[in-house]
Amino acid sequence: MNAICPECEGTLQLDGVLAGEIIVCPDCGVDLEVTAVAPSVELALAPQEAEDWGE
Amino acid sequence: MKIAVLLSRVRVEEKWLFEALDKRNIPYDRLDDREARFDLANPGPWRDYGVVLERSLSYGRGLYATHILNSWGIPTVNPSAVAATCGDKLATSAALQAAGVPQPNVRVAFTPEAALTVIEEMGYPVVLKPVIGSWGRLVSKVNDRESAEALLEHREVLGNYQQQIYYVQEYIHKPGRDIRAFVVGDETIAAIYRTSPHWITNTARGGVGSNCPVDADLHAICMAAARAVGGGVLAMDLFEDPERGLLINEVNHTMEFHSSVPATGVDIPGKIIDYTLAVGREHAGSNQAAAASVSTVARVGA
Repeated sequence: MNAICPECEGTLQLDGVLAGEIIVCPDCGVDLEVTAVAPSVELALAPQEAEDWGE
Repeated sequence: MKIAVLLSRVRVEEKWLFEALDKRNIPYDRLDDREARFDLANPGPWRDYGVVLERSLSYGRGLYATHILNSWGIPTVNPSAVAATCGDKLATSAALQAAGVPQPNVRVAFTPEAALTVIEEMGYPVVLKPVIGSWGRLVSKVNDRESAEALLEHREVLGNYQQQIYYVQEYIHKPGRDIRAFVVGDETIAAIYRTSPHWITNTARGGVGSNCPVDADLHAICMAAARAVGGGVLAMDLFEDPERGLLINEVNHTMEFHSSVPATGVDIPGKIIDYTLAVGREHAGSNQAAAASVSTVARVGA
């Protein structure tokens, strides 16, 4: 399934991704979050790492 | 029993956890912590869950979500009290100290002036760490007085008040690696060496993982540290001190394990899910026993 990078408008070929997954645009390198997988894959810029993020 | 996985992002770890749940035919919901809402007076749909597995990237969201859930009597892995201890390095160190678990020396101060005195008393190098934070963020090796003064000045102007809690840790001359050990309940299920030419060996900062055999000494200190912080699903970071042996550096309560599964061959996500289900079943069992006891008392009273 194809999706468009919201940053550079490059085309990403995505299969088997889950909502909430983070992927990297191969064209511009930006981190993208998969916000929906049905009926089509939708992408948004991933949230910035916050100060309290970690494991 | 239905369970919930509270998360921020779907990392490799979460994908593996979902696979482990699917493999066991356990019904579950994936809950995005950005959309989570709580009415303290009304648990509502949260009551449907027998146990909640907390996998938030955000320490604050995970801490307060589990706090609310536990206040409603809904068990979480890990409990809020464990997150509160493990998410704060000072609280972790205090708990380890109280339990007599070996760790690097730690001193604390609340002003840059007092922190500088502490650092000079400990002797260079030392490590200055934020009490809240992960992935080696803002962890600084302080080699001399000039760098201490500069770091303390920077910390003083950072916005978060927690940056003005000065946690100073003894620098351990480790052999180019540290150990990350995984504890689930009463088991030390796996461990890896994290090797790096950099003094920060965190895999999030480029450390390379390789299998570390779990021997009796490693298991013993891991269990002692786990008990000190409240137990559960935990990842211990350990140093090998040339003279004192194993020391607990930090304890993590929402661990990452994407590099440890291939390095060790251990099914870490499967063991986490089995433990989570056991926590849920145990809680349900104790609730039924309590209900039966109340019922018996009511009958006797009648």
